[in-house]
Amino acid sequence: MGKSLYQKVWEAHAVGTLADGRTQLFIGTHLIHEVTSPQAFGMLRDLGLSVKFPARTFATIDHIVPTINQDAPADPLAAEMMQALRQNADDFGITYFDLASGKQGIVHVVGPEQGITQPGTTIACGDSHTATHGAFGAIAFGIGTTQVRDVLATQTMAMEPLKVRRIEVNGRLRPGVYAKDVTLHIIRKLGAKGGIGFAYEYAGEVFDAMSMEERMTVCNMAIEGGARCGYVNPDQKTCDYLKGRPYVDMSDWDATVARWLSFASDADAHYDDIVRIDAAEIEPTVTWGISPDHGIAVSECIPDPAAAATAGEKATIEEALAYMKLPAGTPIKGVRIDVAFIGSCTNGRLSDFRETARFLKGRKVAAGVKAIAVPGSQIVAIQCEQEGIDKIFEEAGFEWRGAGCSMCLAMNPDKLIGDQICASSSNRNFKGRQGSPTGRTILMSPVMVAAAAVMGAVADAREVFEIAEAAA
Amino acid sequence: MALEKITQVSGRGIFVPGADIDTDRIIPARFMKCVTFDGLGEFAFYDVRFDPTTGEKTEHPLNDDRFKGASILIAGVNFGCGSSREHAPQSLSKYGFKAVIAESFAEIFFGNSTTLGMPCVTLDAAAIATLRDAIEADPAVTITIDLVAKQVSSSAGHCFPLNIVESARDALVAGRWDPIGELLDHTPQIEATAARLHYV
Ligand code: SF4
Repeated sequence: MGKSLYQKVWEAHAVGTLADGRTQLFIGTHLIHEVTSPQAFGMLRDLGLSVKFPARTFATIDHIVPTINQDAPADPLAAEMMQALRQNADDFGITYFDLASGKQGIVHVVGPEQGITQPGTTIACGDSHTATHGAFGAIAFGIGTTQVRDVLATQTMAMEPLKVRRIEVNGRLRPGVYAKDVTLHIIRKLGAKGGIGFAYEYAGEVFDAMSMEERMTVCNMAIEGGARCGYVNPDQKTCDYLKGRPYVDMSDWDATVARWLSFASDADAHYDDIVRIDAAEIEPTVTWGISPDHGIAVSECIPDPAAAATAGEKATIEEALAYMKLPAGTPIKGVRIDVAFIGSCTNGRLSDFRETARFLKGRKVAAGVKAIAVPGSQIVAIQCEQEGIDKIFEEAGFEWRGAGCSMCLAMNPDKLIGDQICASSSNRNFKGRQGSPTGRTILMSPVMVAAAAVMGAVADAREVFEIAEAAA
Repeated sequence: MALEKITQVSGRGIFVPGADIDTDRIIPARFMKCVTFDGLGEFAFYDVRFDPTTGEKTEHPLNDDRFKGASILIAGVNFGCGSSREHAPQSLSKYGFKAVIAESFAEIFFGNSTTLGMPCVTLDAAAIATLRDAIEADPAVTITIDLVAKQVSSSAGHCFPLNIVESARDALVAGRWDPIGELLDHTPQIEATAARLHYV
């Protein structure tokens, strides 16, 4: 029996077995940001420890960075966190893509952009969306701060092995259906906790056909489905994307490519579970509630608790609708929005802005809608600006901002106010996630956010932008 | 590093209803603007404990004086889902919780809690409902989590078998829930692994 990529990477990085039965796993690449690392450095200092492999940790700053005047947070706490990261990087000799570097951005955008994220590697970061890096055939885990300490001190951490579920999506996506819809659809089908105990292997024609950036969008939300990590097997596209990037060793490219591709799952690999989904069944998907698995096709109605199958499901729908203040059983299409947000580690890359700009060109954001576009990194911002994409967004009525996490969460000045509803290209619709304890989030693809911005309400981008079915 | 052997945790319980209680609910992100974990306890469940518009205390169980001083949190399915922020278990621990009982836990939350020496054990839905009713009827009921006998009992006479990932149970009971000492002991093996990997 062959091996899955997960198994191969795990075996290559297993240092040994700990007394409690867990594996001591070597973490080849460690990414840090300002929110979850200062306490870890504090613990390190308390224990009198140093960083074992400083060259294998990379830092950037994203969560607290203001997207207007990036380097001048008005908030003294944010300034303190900024200062702490600078100090820790300097004290321990860690590479830091700071605001002045021109390479700063959301950690999950920066890693791939710099070529730090590579196939067959293990990656950890004190951030749950670390699964994003799995798009390159890496096994990438979000970890807690004490584990950040462990990785700093030893470049290893204690870890229980996972089971592997292969999620195969075959066929072709219909026009107007994007990677975001695929990942929201999978979560809708398997549930927010369906992936507990699993690594997700995304396979099949749909993922084969996706660009690297689209694969990142899918892997990014593995955690929203409960999976600890998600990955796509490396292929030629993976290697092409990485070729020539700053942290890729180009000295023996052919050998590197061969080694990377050797990590791909064997044809006869063992899987603990296999799920098959038909690409044709996936529609533009939006959330209606307060968990990422509260997803429906944009053509569907908001669930009605009266129609719930179980008492538990009924209570869940009631709680979600009470928070969202949405009427049960009515179409989601047409729900008014106040804010439109395009950005985040899910959908804040060049291809997201390029694709959205195609449709936004010549259109106007509806009166009363606050629309912001936030590139995932300084490099993404520059690429967009070189292509004139920023102008298209601005002419349509979007604010074009500096790189950061922005309105994905509430740690910088970009926040919802009161019970505003936001059409958002981010990954979480939890209560209060976007900064107001009563703020409401509807997750969707960037093109769908643009459609909602133009209409002032949740809309089907295929209708708004006349995205036609290709002739068969 | 000698750590406490955590074999048993006892205390009064408090039930927090709802499925999929995420880490943003446990500790809203705006309270994560800090460079230490000190003082996080007072912000646990902040946005559901205080009315967002008026700032008044809500009817959240944590505001109910009958459950003041409870040290065992009882919850539903998928507790602690969402972000990897250790701020969540840290805030619960600093608030005064010594253990969490739920129907199921999100994995990162579970691992983070274990590493702090805060056991997270699961019971089935019926057992959780029984405990909920028991503490509702009499908040003075004491709940005991016994990690050696693998059961949860109460002073009201209940006893249920508990579940916990075996490696976590072992780590707690044997006093090695913080693995740093053992990880450091394997430095030669770590270096050998690093030497084998092309990219390190
Ligand atoms: S964009 Fe959002 S989900 Fe991604 S790292 Fe930033 S805060 Fe986390």
